[in-house]
Amino acid sequence: MTNTPLTIKETQKGILEKDFSSVELVDTYLERIEKNKDLNAYITVCDEAAYKKAKEVDQLVKSGEENLIEKFPLLGVTVGHKDLFLTKGIRTTAGSKVLESYIPPYSATVVERMEKAGAVVLGKTNCDAWAHGASGENSDFGPAINPWDKDMVPGGSSSGSAASVAAGLSLVATGTDTGGSIRQPANFCGIVGLKPTYGAVPRYGVIAMASSLDSMGSFGKSVNEVETIFNVTRGEDGFDSTVKNTELFKPKSRMKIGIPKEYFVEGVDSEIADKVMEVSKVFEKTGIELVQISLPHTKYAISVYYIVQPAEVSSNLGRYDGIRYGNPRVSFGAEAKRRIMLIEDFEKAFNGVDAILAPVSPTPAFKIGEKAEDPLKMYLADIFTAPANLAGIPGLAMPSGFNKNKLPLGFQLLGPRFSEPVLFGLGKLYEDETNYKPGLPKL
Amino acid sequence: MVKLNKEDVLHVAKLAKLNISDQEIDKFTPQLSNVINYFGELSEVDTEGVEPTSQTTGLENVSRPDNLGSSLSPEEAISGSDKIHNGYFKVGAVLTERTDK
Repeated sequence: MTNTPLTIKETQKGILEKDFSSVELVDTYLERIEKNKDLNAYITVCDEAAYKKAKEVDQLVKSGEENLIEKFPLLGVTVGHKDLFLTKGIRTTAGSKVLESYIPPYSATVVERMEKAGAVVLGKTNCDAWAHGASGENSDFGPAINPWDKDMVPGGSSSGSAASVAAGLSLVATGTDTGGSIRQPANFCGIVGLKPTYGAVPRYGVIAMASSLDSMGSFGKSVNEVETIFNVTRGEDGFDSTVKNTELFKPKSRMKIGIPKEYFVEGVDSEIADKVMEVSKVFEKTGIELVQISLPHTKYAISVYYIVQPAEVSSNLGRYDGIRYGNPRVSFGAEAKRRIMLIEDFEKAFNGVDAILAPVSPTPAFKIGEKAEDPLKMYLADIFTAPANLAGIPGLAMPSGFNKNKLPLGFQLLGPRFSEPVLFGLGKLYEDETNYKPGLPKL
Repeated sequence: MVKLNKEDVLHVAKLAKLNISDQEIDKFTPQLSNVINYFGELSEVDTEGVEPTSQTTGLENVSRPDNLGSSLSPEEAISGSDKIHNGYFKVGAVLTERTDK
């Protein structure tokens, strides 16, 4: 086989109907990874572990066991884990030379749950070191490249994960989203990315960035991929005490989508804004009501984010010093108040609407090196993604075609806490209405 | 407008236990000033009467039953370092021998 399947359904149909085996699939993916090394999507490729798991999958299929897909929802699904997720026996670097030869003695809850569900790990994907960055350029292992245009960044910090899925180097990938690190690279690479509700998916075994903001999510070519992974990975694990098993919101029959005026301001690329409005018309055509809303504290989100986040980061990174820092934590007083004002913005909005439709990033993918020297500009790349992290709400980034320079465009859907099924429902509705077919870039 | 100088940058670097070069000082000084000034716009927000928060879950004092479970073996727990002595991590000496004796 030369072309890899693009969805979980195609993968599992192929394996179950014996069009190809899981081992053959791994052959093909590893070849693709090798052939597209210039994308620098992977820091570590783990052939051995991949073949071992693939053989198990093929054994299961051969055994003729009933209801395999119900028992193993990710049967044969190839995954690249962001190199922030601990993988037992497989090197985990966090994109930093500090952990260049670190081999963890246990796996993250997400990794373990996906493996139990039948997923085949191909390797560890590149990312900004310690997940600090919005472009992938901050990796100690060199930047990952955007498969749609090799002069462009794939976005970050989950840079390699997005590049891998977009280029068909793995079917799905995991990521972490602290201020936009899943949604923004998904947006730059033209794929689907989910940042779950804070407290829905355990953070255990994932190298921490900012502990009150970090969310564990995933990438795929369509909504069904990230939905399946969300269902496999969510729920209490006895290790992350911020996770609770909560009933999720179901989509209602009559829905309202809010469009926040603060997300369509000066500085937002006009093609992006126009495309999001075009997307809103797709929803309107299906009978969904569009409502203009206001999230008045949006402009302060980035400042609050960049005060809360580094303070949490500094206490999290202290552990890599051998000896802990003795300083007390920075006082959170005023920032903590401004944070709740952002949360209240969203709460008020969700009193009137079921979801919010907005751009993900003010610009499409930018050139490698373009913003590296200006941290403030790089920070502003997070302006439409960071509010969701401060409020702990879920966000689903969706592709919506390409701009005139053939770079991916997209949008995000935001919902109240634990409303993932609503976002999946709306995302699938959009896919159906636009007759969405996942594709691959020419490499 | 806040303008950081070389001393400020060196002070921050010292607190973070980072060694930075002269070149880096020149680079970080204007960059950090820009970032700090951007935060300045926060002071326009009126936070009178607003409750502070540091989290979004609403959960408090989460505990689990105090049952024994499996955990890492001592060997696994120290497997991340190659500087091991008799099953313990080796670290640099914190104290030096007295010289006034």
